[in-house]
Amino acid sequence: MNQQTPQSRRVGLFVTCLVDLFRPSIGFASVKLLEDAGYTVDVPMAQTCCGQPAYNSGDREDTIAIARKTIETFEDYDYIVAPSGSCAGMLKKHYPALFKDGDWAERAKAFSAKVYELTSFLTDVAGVDHVDVVHPGSVTYHDSCSGLRELGIREQPRKLLKSVDGLEIKEMPESDVCCGFGGTFCVKYPDISNRIVEDKTDSIRQSGAKTLLAGDLGCLMNMAGKLQRQGSDVEVRHVAEVLAGMCDTPAIGRRKD
Amino acid sequence: MEIRSPAFKENARAALDDPQLRHALEHVKSGFIVKRAMAAEALPEFEKLRDSSKAIKDETLANLDKYLEAYETKVTESGGHVHWAESAADARDIILKICQSVGAKTVTKGKSMISEEIELNDFLEGNGVQPVETDLGEYIIQLRGEHPSHIIAPAVHLARSQVEADFRRVHTHLPVDRDLTEPVTLLSEARKVLRAKYFQADVGITGANFLVAETGTSVIVTNEGNGDLTQILPKVHIVLASIEKIVPTLSDLSQVLRVLARSATGQDMSVYTTLSTGPRRAGDPDGPEQYHVVLLDNGRSSMIGTEFQEMLRCIRCGACMNHCPVYHAVGGHTYGWVYPGPMGSVLTPSLIGVDKAGHLPNASTFCGRCEAVCPVRIPLPKMMRHWREREFSRRLNPATQRYGLKAWAFFARRPRLYRLATSIGIPVLSLFGGRGRFKSLPLAGGWTRHRDMPAPEGRTFMQEWKQREAQKQGARI
Repeated sequence: MNQQTPQSRRVGLFVTCLVDLFRPSIGFASVKLLEDAGYTVDVPMAQTCCGQPAYNSGDREDTIAIARKTIETFEDYDYIVAPSGSCAGMLKKHYPALFKDGDWAERAKAFSAKVYELTSFLTDVAGVDHVDVVHPGSVTYHDSCSGLRELGIREQPRKLLKSVDGLEIKEMPESDVCCGFGGTFCVKYPDISNRIVEDKTDSIRQSGAKTLLAGDLGCLMNMAGKLQRQGSDVEVRHVAEVLAGMCDTPAIGRRKD
Repeated sequence: MEIRSPAFKENARAALDDPQLRHALEHVKSGFIVKRAMAAEALPEFEKLRDSSKAIKDETLANLDKYLEAYETKVTESGGHVHWAESAADARDIILKICQSVGAKTVTKGKSMISEEIELNDFLEGNGVQPVETDLGEYIIQLRGEHPSHIIAPAVHLARSQVEADFRRVHTHLPVDRDLTEPVTLLSEARKVLRAKYFQADVGITGANFLVAETGTSVIVTNEGNGDLTQILPKVHIVLASIEKIVPTLSDLSQVLRVLARSATGQDMSVYTTLSTGPRRAGDPDGPEQYHVVLLDNGRSSMIGTEFQEMLRCIRCGACMNHCPVYHAVGGHTYGWVYPGPMGSVLTPSLIGVDKAGHLPNASTFCGRCEAVCPVRIPLPKMMRHWREREFSRRLNPATQRYGLKAWAFFARRPRLYRLATSIGIPVLSLFGGRGRFKSLPLAGGWTRHRDMPAPEGRTFMQEWKQREAQKQGARI
């Protein structure tokens, strides 16, 4: 089957702009999980953002320029992994659609075939079925839209979470419903976004879980921001932090006392 | 109807502040979604039927001219008349002329969104013909002087108590002490009142869920049977339909019907599925003396061959809006024109122009739930994105958005500059995020109006990573 050992297989980590800027600990947790699975991880410095803000604002020209840069930067890796279903979905599903034909279409297609969201890579490619960490307490998991509907990610994070010692998953109602983030949507239509995230925080509270997890920092910042504005003490973290056993950093939107 | 789509944001604000509407929209969320999921689950071949329904509509659209002509031929052969209406005004004139030719005073109407699109009721009333809506939801909407807020459940935004008040206001010939506390009592009262209207009507106007090219048949599906009485009792039946309603054969029809009701209401089939072919024939026990079909284009043919062609597959089940978090938040009237929800966000700009309807394709989180449930697999988010592209290339979106985006893209396209800017900016921003979050933040008012903004942890990941790698290198030497 696999001719090479995992160690000889190189993963290019697509950090994502939000993780880079707002929460590096998710990046380090991702590196740890990938290294623990036996892969060599590299973080190319030439990456910026997947281009979704431009793409979803109708700016094709900038989207294509950013996509070309990203493909050039990552196409030599065996795998490209992102701790985000939304960014991975952009790289995997939307980049190939940007190029009609010719050389770039071929390159985008070959690149796309190697792109994975983190938890999906760990379970579906690396064959990881448990992690050796402890996290006492209850968590609830929000299925971010792009990961769920573009990449079919639902069971993968739950499977890994179930192997965490002491962790209990308390599902919220409608975990598959949008949190109202939607990238630029949340600032273009703040009032509508607010109603949607209010419904989401209601669901989170109904779960009774102590911690909210998801695989996308954009959604997490949106839900954390709303929970904190409402005075909730639910902790919000990226799933990678829990799976890597790296929860020393204060939760999203919190600081050390 | 008046186009209120440019005021989408104001409409949304008003809708969000309406507690009664919020309560009504809960029903959309809880009812439709669960029922559709159960219906889909119960039919093993449901996903395959979605594929074949998509294929049927694609084939139709690829040869639309051929199928429309075949349809016209069959309608004519069966003794009916086909009228081609390029615009809404054409359709209105054709319908009025038919009504006047038989001296019609009242017309009964089955549910038709096309009728809303061409503003038929106001026009007929203005010309001395009284239209009477016979679908319960449409009847209520008509009494209130409103427009439908949902394409299959026009009065879904209303509470029972509001309908009761309307009935008491209008049905003054009925005893004041009658009991109207149950939905079923409202239904039977409407049925009683409407029953008389069917017999008075000179003309019955229905929409069409499908038109069958093979046989020249128009098809309606209803749950109340009102459509049947509308089209069978008066001496003239007018079918008002848009050109994309065609399916090639009866066999195609039977496939698409299997996904329609399941996607819409979660029923296996609607209660009534009625096929009409031509006027009453000699020996038929009932049926209209005249059978007319008004085929409306109104901008649809210009969608053929563009990135919006796939929208014409739509069979108007309403599943997209039933599953849309934005629709759940603001309801159908917020969209400001005939078609709400995701299908409206793609169709409306095609029909009234993206300059007026620009908010609609923008007001989506792209959560993809609409596409996930669409029975004919219309890529709604993708097409909303195409509208944003058209808007962007025509510079129709606000200048602040454009410049902000361009400034961001300038850096995103230049990794070295991006690194430099973020490695200075982010630690500074982090420094100000005292408690780990911001209650307010310049230029982020849209975010902080409703929620806190988590502050950056400290330095960027790239700064930290470089340092870690450098230390590793150092350790090796």
